[in-house]
Amino acid sequence: MPSSTLAELSAARLHVVTGKGGVGKTTVAAALALALASTGKRVLLAEVEGRQGLSQTFDVPPLGTDEVRLVSHPSGGELWGLSVDAKAALLEYLQLFYKLGRAGTALEKVGAIDFATTIAPGVRDVLLIGKIYEAAGRPRGGRGGGSKGGALHYDAVVLDAPPTGRAVRFLNVNAGVADVARMGPIKSQADSITRMLHDPRTLVHMVTLLEEMPVQESLDGLRDLEAVGLHIGALVVNQIREPRLTAANLAALDGADDDLDELLRTELTAAGLRPTGPMVKGLVQEGRDHALRLELQDEMAKEIAAAGPPVIELPALADGIEEGGVAVLTDELLAQGVA
Amino acid sequence: MATRTPTTPTSLDVDGLLADPGVGIIVCCGSGGVGKTTTAAALGIRAAESGRKVVVLTIDPARRLAQSLGLTELDNTPRPVAGVDLGNGGSLDAMMLDMKRTFDEVVEAHATPDKAAQILENPFYQAVSSSFAGTQEYMAMEKLGQLRTQAERDGTWDLIVVDTPPSRSALDFLDAPKRLGSFLDGRFVRLLMAPAKAGGRAYLKVFSVGVDLAQRTLSRVLGGQMLQDVQTFVAALDTMFGGFRERADVTYALLKEDTTAFVVIASPDRDALREAAFFVDRLGQERMPLAGVVVNRLQSLGASALSASRAEDGLGQLTEAGDEDSLTAGLLSLHVDLASTAARQHGFVSRFAASHPHVRLSTVAASATDVHDLDGLREVGRLLAG
Ligand SMILES: Nc1ncnc2c1ncn2[C@@H]1O[C@H](COP(=O)(O)OP(=O)(O)OP(=O)(O)O)[C@@H](O)[C@H]1O
Ligand SMILES: Nc1ncnc2c1ncn2[C@@H]1O[C@H](COP(=O)(O)OP(=O)(O)OP(=O)(O)O)[C@@H](O)[C@H]1O
Ligand SMILES: [Mg+2]
Ligand SMILES: [Mg+2]
Repeated sequence: MPSSTLAELSAARLHVVTGKGGVGKTTVAAALALALASTGKRVLLAEVEGRQGLSQTFDVPPLGTDEVRLVSHPSGGELWGLSVDAKAALLEYLQLFYKLGRAGTALEKVGAIDFATTIAPGVRDVLLIGKIYEAAGRPRGGRGGGSKGGALHYDAVVLDAPPTGRAVRFLNVNAGVADVARMGPIKSQADSITRMLHDPRTLVHMVTLLEEMPVQESLDGLRDLEAVGLHIGALVVNQIREPRLTAANLAALDGADDDLDELLRTELTAAGLRPTGPMVKGLVQEGRDHALRLELQDEMAKEIAAAGPPVIELPALADGIEEGGVAVLTDELLAQGVA
Repeated sequence: MATRTPTTPTSLDVDGLLADPGVGIIVCCGSGGVGKTTTAAALGIRAAESGRKVVVLTIDPARRLAQSLGLTELDNTPRPVAGVDLGNGGSLDAMMLDMKRTFDEVVEAHATPDKAAQILENPFYQAVSSSFAGTQEYMAMEKLGQLRTQAERDGTWDLIVVDTPPSRSALDFLDAPKRLGSFLDGRFVRLLMAPAKAGGRAYLKVFSVGVDLAQRTLSRVLGGQMLQDVQTFVAALDTMFGGFRERADVTYALLKEDTTAFVVIASPDRDALREAAFFVDRLGQERMPLAGVVVNRLQSLGASALSASRAEDGLGQLTEAGDEDSLTAGLLSLHVDLASTAARQHGFVSRFAASHPHVRLSTVAASATDVHDLDGLREVGRLLAG
């Protein structure tokens, strides 16, 4: 499958962000959504696992089942947030398509809503993505009062998706439901959702770290995602450590311990620090560990570059993402031509 | 658990824990990616090499780690791990959980052969047993129960170390089995079965209007076929309902015994430690025995006596003298970075410790590279033991 270029990326309508657990999916999804909003777009950022990751990232009260505006950009762009809840999505769906005021309550009473949203495998996923499908396709001016030109309420939707392992099943809605519903409304809903997910304007972005396991899992994940008909957007390499040592310094660390000891003692004295044995040994050890890590990082970067999709590189922020870290990553994305 | 004297008031005495014959089960929990599998394997090796007869139940280990434990087949059976030092009379077996297979075995053990066949073929069963979000947790508990029975019966093992599934929250391990259990025993399922049961009528009548409406709506939304599959599944399972719930209850009770020890793993960041705090509090509520918390992948410093600010001053002097490209300037600027990361992590850990003064802690420094062989695991074990 041809992979996108970064320019195509900004034309996508639905961005799905996945990756191994803890690599920075929520952070990257937030930065991407902000980048898109800063170009004047109205953007929805949605999470589906009820973790309130967005509320933590943006430091706002927990998101409910209503879309709330998180940011207004001077360009006219807006960022909205939503935490999709399966139960609410099912009730909304029933109301929308079946006008089921009372039956909804009856279903709730007998435990059928719980059943459908927590137990019936696949159905839950259809409901969650179903809400994304609804939001991504919502006509400007609201449901019903849709405008003629096919303009949409949101210019882009960014989905903070489950981790890679679960994401493949999550996004392969049809297979998930096929096991349990071979026909009927859930099946046809799944078919429409699949059409949206397979559309080239839906891109899946894979976030990874330059470490062995995440890289391996990402590359496997890309294959699995493509195999179920999804289009891959970018490989986002997150938390890249900048080399703190020059090539010459790194080479010097390969030298004999005694020579290094002598060199460091002289230079540390010049720096006004009283060198001790443990200090010198310790600094050398830190340098060598760093070199080892850079080497591994380089090796991983080569594998990532060879994978095919365009690569976006984001630095490790020394102070984490509090205090404006997301904005730094947003600027990085913009500088790399993402939006 | 026998009382142990920790080295410092709040440090987790890992070797004491592993040597305590009163500890028969160690459960490694924590949020995603923090090092549960690594810690479980490291504890297993350390215990075996100090003389315990250990079985480690791993869940989805990374490929290379699985290879070095000899876990090349997913056959749901513990196998001896090669390369472990058995000089102290211990042994180490390891296995990887196959959740579908475990579920199938439960069905086979509790239903007549033709009922079992009927269940195993049911599309709804297949979906539940391979993809329901709590199945892995439930089956991990089930397998733990089986291993424990086998250990008691044959005396093969005196310590079971369990890894837990990569769920978003550590609490899932405690809650998911109940969720599945309450579904299998829940109102809606009973309702689906009601028409088939003799005594079901009375129950049905009470809810009659609602039930009718619910059934009709559900079949409209989910499709008639699905409801039918569920109904067949539920009917076939009927005979083993009690079995399911009882088994889940028995295993849950096992976790409360004082021969069990929970080890909660966290990475040194705000989110993982918050998750660990939730879990620790929950264990307290459930009266489940917590051994302690492991803070894994902590930034370690080679030159730990050199503060970030002194290093920064030194760097300033070198820069002023035009020596900013020297090796020492490079190493000092690296040290400033590392020391500030370490300080930030230390802050998170201290805050956790302050709010949980009775929780014992062990810290493990991050290795420069991934941990995927026995030597790497031994090193993690050494760090765990402090
Ligand atoms: N570029 C970065 N620099 C520094 N810290 C980062 C960076 N990206 C993410 N983080 C931090 O890493 C941690 C994990 O990030 P995040 O929550 O975005 O990951 P995730 O993939 O969404 O995790 P999960 O799988 O749990 O949902 C957070 O503490 C976040 O602040
Ligand atoms: N102390 C350590 N130093 C360096 N790397 C480590 C350390 N502990 C764990 N790792 C690495 O971190 C990664 C995640 O570890 P592991 O698989 O044990 O986590 P987990 O909690 O079991 O994850 P999951 O939730 O996905 O099951 C692995 O690549 C492992 O090698
Ligand atoms: Mg997240
Ligand atoms: Mg694991």
